Amino acid sequence: MLLFLCIWQIAASALESKTLPPPSAVLTTLWQEIQTGDLLFHLGMTLRRVAISFTAAMLIGIALGLLMGRYKSWDCLLDNFLILGLNIPALVTIILCYIWFGLSEAAAVLAVTLNKIPVVAISLREGARAVDQSLLQVARVYCLSRWDTFFKVYLPQLTPYLLGSARNGLALIWKIVLVVELLGRSDGVGFQIGSLFHFFNITGILAYTLAFALVIFGIEALFLRPLETRLNRWRS
Amino acid sequence: MKPLLVNIRKKTYPNGCCAIENLSFGVQPGEFVALVGPSGSGKTTLLNLIAGLDLQMEGQVSFDTEGLPGERPRIGFMFQEPRLMPWLTVQQNLELVLPAATRARQTVPLRQWLERVGLPDCAQLFPGQLSGGMQRRVALLRAFIVKPDVLLMDEPFQSLDAPTAQQLRTLLHDLCERTQPTVLFVTHSLREALSLADRVLFLSAGPSTVILDYPVVLKKPRAIEDAAVQAMHDALLAQYPRILSGVLYS
Repeated sequence: MLLFLCIWQIAASALESKTLPPPSAVLTTLWQEIQTGDLLFHLGMTLRRVAISFTAAMLIGIALGLLMGRYKSWDCLLDNFLILGLNIPALVTIILCYIWFGLSEAAAVLAVTLNKIPVVAISLREGARAVDQSLLQVARVYCLSRWDTFFKVYLPQLTPYLLGSARNGLALIWKIVLVVELLGRSDGVGFQIGSLFHFFNITGILAYTLAFALVIFGIEALFLRPLETRLNRWRS
Repeated sequence: MKPLLVNIRKKTYPNGCCAIENLSFGVQPGEFVALVGPSGSGKTTLLNLIAGLDLQMEGQVSFDTEGLPGERPRIGFMFQEPRLMPWLTVQQNLELVLPAATRARQTVPLRQWLERVGLPDCAQLFPGQLSGGMQRRVALLRAFIVKPDVLLMDEPFQSLDAPTAQQLRTLLHDLCERTQPTVLFVTHSLREALSLADRVLFLSAGPSTVILDYPVVLKKPRAIEDAAVQAMHDALLAQYPRILSGVLYS
């Protein structure tokens, strides 16, 4: 990371171009934006949208994926919708949601969620298909409760698929939320980057991008990695 | 409890192949019955039918618990593989099969059970941290900890080295002496059957049916190497050469 910053600083000093401000200028802008409260406000709005969309998409995607993996009828019923959902460009979904439901918060969150659901469902469907039936036989023969069977026998087998789709999903949602904000919201990092783009303020864009990257690293380090370590400790 | 009664007229696999035909036998409470038969004779299928894991058959398996007709007995099942949940510790694996109400107030705490099977310090280990033999011990303990009325064992000691297998057979005998479950023990090995069982049922190649019902009147405990077991083994082979040549590998 330090090497990257050094290269960036050297390149910016050598070029002396407005399109590549030095990291020191970006950090100064970042600090100013934090002090005015703008960055925290817009970042907060984006995080809120990400959290709601992520939670909704994961819950619905997991439920659909498990149903499709477990029951052939559900798989037949939803398979084509899933393929359609996976292949329709995110931009089309976003625009259609804004046209049909207005430039509202609900439409924005719905657009992001709809884009993410098929990715989660596909992953969980494969997970449900790969579940070890011999362990479920153990649950049946010892008459385990539905709760124990689901949470102690079934769900742990899906952990790699859940973690994988959570990671991929988060990456996808960040990107889509920014597009959604750029196109139809008046707050959030996406909106702010759009405004800065109109003024060709590259330093501001990079400052927001940097803040965004820090948040992503924070979520990875504080939440996803410890969770993964905890869930996979039996493998070590 | 009345005897376990198995009366299967026909069991067909989804591909149309007939696995079991006209298979009938009974097992007395506390009796240890070994089922010996060649590969593909439907032994595992039979245990799955008895355990209720497979319900597709013509015929019935009845347990008839005392005074409560139709109530299923507690079943312990030791599969060919240990089938422990790899993400649960040994203690959690054992607690998992106990009814929630009895987890907190067991008459014999788990620690004592683990000491009994020679795994006193393994409660907090994951199955992946145990050897194959230790995993089988845990699986054996899991089958006994539910205090089963009927214990089903499907070649539980296969692919273990001879000393470990003998240790586990001794442990099995020990636990059976204490808890007196009705045991159905599937094996390929006539010597293993004779060293453990009160009675040996020989099954034909598929479709499976009982071709010989042989009582083992030898004092317990026994080991495979015991002269009496060896003598009975040889006598059986001499007495029923035609029948047993098609049933046995060893």
